[in-house]
Amino acid sequence: MTIDESKLDSIINEYKAELGSLIPILQDIQAEYNYLPQEAMEYVAKKLVIPEVQVFGVATFFKSFSLKPRGKQQIHVCMGTACHVRGSKNVLGELERKLGIKAGDTTPDGEYTLETVNCVGACAIGPVVVENEEYHGQMTPIKVEGLLNNR
Amino acid sequence: MKLTSINELEELRRVISSKDPDKPCIAVCGGPGCLAKQCLNVRDAFINEVSARGLSGKVDIKTTGCHGYCELGPIALIYPQGIFYQRLAVDDVAEVIEETIVNENILNRLLYTDEKTRKPIKNGNDIPFYNKQMQLILGNNSRIDPHSPEDYLAVGGYTALAKVLGSMKPENVIGEVKKSGLRGRGGGGFPTGRKWESTRNTQDDIKYVICNADEGDPGAFMDRSILEGNPHSVLEGMIICAYAIGSNEGYVYVRNEYPLAVSNIKTAIKQARELGLLGEDILGSGFTFDVKVNRGGGAFICGESTALMASLEGKPGEPRAKYIHTSDKGLWDKPSNLNNVETFANIPLIINKGAEWYAGIGTESSKGTKVFSLVGKINNTGLVEVPMGMRLREIIYDIGGGIPGGKAFKAVQTGGPSGGCIPESLIDLPVDYDRLMEAGSMMGSGGMIVMDEDTCMVDVANYFTHFLQEESCGKCVPCREGLFQMGGILTRITEGRGRMEDLALIKDLAGMLGDASLCGLGKTAANPVLSTLKYFEDEYLAHISDGKCPAGVCKNLITYGINPGNCTGCGLCLKKCPAGAITGERKQPHTLNTGNCIKCGICYDVCRFSAVVKE
Repeated sequence: MTIDESKLDSIINEYKAELGSLIPILQDIQAEYNYLPQEAMEYVAKKLVIPEVQVFGVATFFKSFSLKPRGKQQIHVCMGTACHVRGSKNVLGELERKLGIKAGDTTPDGEYTLETVNCVGACAIGPVVVENEEYHGQMTPIKVEGLLNNR
Repeated sequence: MKLTSINELEELRRVISSKDPDKPCIAVCGGPGCLAKQCLNVRDAFINEVSARGLSGKVDIKTTGCHGYCELGPIALIYPQGIFYQRLAVDDVAEVIEETIVNENILNRLLYTDEKTRKPIKNGNDIPFYNKQMQLILGNNSRIDPHSPEDYLAVGGYTALAKVLGSMKPENVIGEVKKSGLRGRGGGGFPTGRKWESTRNTQDDIKYVICNADEGDPGAFMDRSILEGNPHSVLEGMIICAYAIGSNEGYVYVRNEYPLAVSNIKTAIKQARELGLLGEDILGSGFTFDVKVNRGGGAFICGESTALMASLEGKPGEPRAKYIHTSDKGLWDKPSNLNNVETFANIPLIINKGAEWYAGIGTESSKGTKVFSLVGKINNTGLVEVPMGMRLREIIYDIGGGIPGGKAFKAVQTGGPSGGCIPESLIDLPVDYDRLMEAGSMMGSGGMIVMDEDTCMVDVANYFTHFLQEESCGKCVPCREGLFQMGGILTRITEGRGRMEDLALIKDLAGMLGDASLCGLGKTAANPVLSTLKYFEDEYLAHISDGKCPAGVCKNLITYGINPGNCTGCGLCLKKCPAGAITGERKQPHTLNTGNCIKCGICYDVCRFSAVVKE
């Protein structure tokens, strides 16, 4: 893909003077593109004058970075302990079945990305599914249908 | 307005506090539980209703942080009376304004009804969930708008900072914190005052104060709620720490999964700078300190202090060996002091009320209060704050209201993935750092996940092991490979392929993990396994020798079926079954073909006649 260098420059310039700015820069780039395009990572390495492997190392270490394009709709299933004991595994199983993908994947039409997250901190209302930014509490496999709008 | 002296701060506080104390205020809880239950729609309805009735300016509407009682959300408190309304819907709003605000009547139907007396309770503090608590840290959450420094000043905010800058030497501040007996709330329980002292005693021009808000323990959300609901209290604690250890620069490292916490702490920092409470020459004292916010990358290991610092430096979050002390060489190899959110939030209290007062709360070795997230199979889910030393039974039954659906209590899991499961035989255990450790668990950051008879303890051990296997950074072999092997053995047992010698093998591996791992993650990783093995060995044996999962959780060991005696042939299970495993005519008992069954449990959940059975 072609990368808008001026957009990247404005993100990088915001942090450039600070030590350890790599992670916030990557976070902002991901917020812009929904994932980390390879070209963007190469550009960041060049601009920060650090080896590409360092950028790649950080991007693959932290779970919140994605190197693959993600769907328009992001579905995060909380796998925290409170959600687990209340049956989040079955909720995830139903989402995987309905969407026809495994956790971590995106539907072929680019609509949905299904991911697990190790606790979103809304433990009192578990099992929790976060659809885009919206929290859905006390989820069950049966409620999954309503979540995906009859998909 | 920039305040340039302590007098100016107190003058501002006087102006703020002189507002009409009888002015009605509706404080709508904006915590994560209430947000999921659409509390913002309720809040907006209040704003619209007040404005439609021409009451704007006469009634304050606030969105606050978490009030704790998530089970009853959306919640609102109505001041000055302190009326506690629960399970609010948009449709209730007009009546609340008409009756409670205008006519000063109480709406009984929106009050909490006491389980025992069946009488409605008007005041939040009288509800059993709250009246056994001691909310020193969380209490202000329901009083202040986290975006309003004025609200924080009105409840006495920044008085501790003024006291410290105006009348205390750094050594005296450290002395107070030491005397208070405060121990780190993040998990380790290291004495806070001693940590501050060693960082102060290291000579260097640059030192850092770091607030660990990378709350990773699954099942714990107190740091989120403090940071979201009362960010200035954390900042005040950090500024006092910086003054005490001689630091001018600080960081808050907060999970990116908590966007509201990120935004509220950023706003608080900006406001504190504008008020002259952060930045150069704070309140004219000559002391300079400022704070930056960094967002985490979704790695559990970054809650470990040295991994967190590596991440702040822009590197992968890998821990380092503990013999290098953070107080000597921390962030950028400079002396650093790292404390948890709740620890910092305790500091203003200790300074204001005195170390002796603080040390009077709690047990011999654990002082003050602790916030717990009471979740899982419990009636009153939410955040609770109790004095150290309260018995588990009081927390789970008196505050938590016991186990739902008449089920039997099995265990409570504390301490996150480093902790353990405490069985019913220890339900009278007083909760403090040392008692929990003796029971094979730990305090951790305060997650308390209640488990009932339907929870399989082998599955829980397997869950934590896989959690840690996924989150292990991979730097040291014992943790990376040890957890991989441990996970394999536990999965084998939950799938009915376990062998008797596996139990000895698990203990062996656990010893190796504890002895040889580099950081706390690996060292404590076997705790959930060892504690379940210690207290629930019979469940392991049932999986291994009988091929049964007594709790009915482990999929390979259970089968679903339909009891024709109970089945009315309503057809609901047939309609909902995603695998087409159920057949039958309407009004005739249905049958379940176990060969097609994927054991998703939907039929079990939807059946209203208890006809679907799990064996």
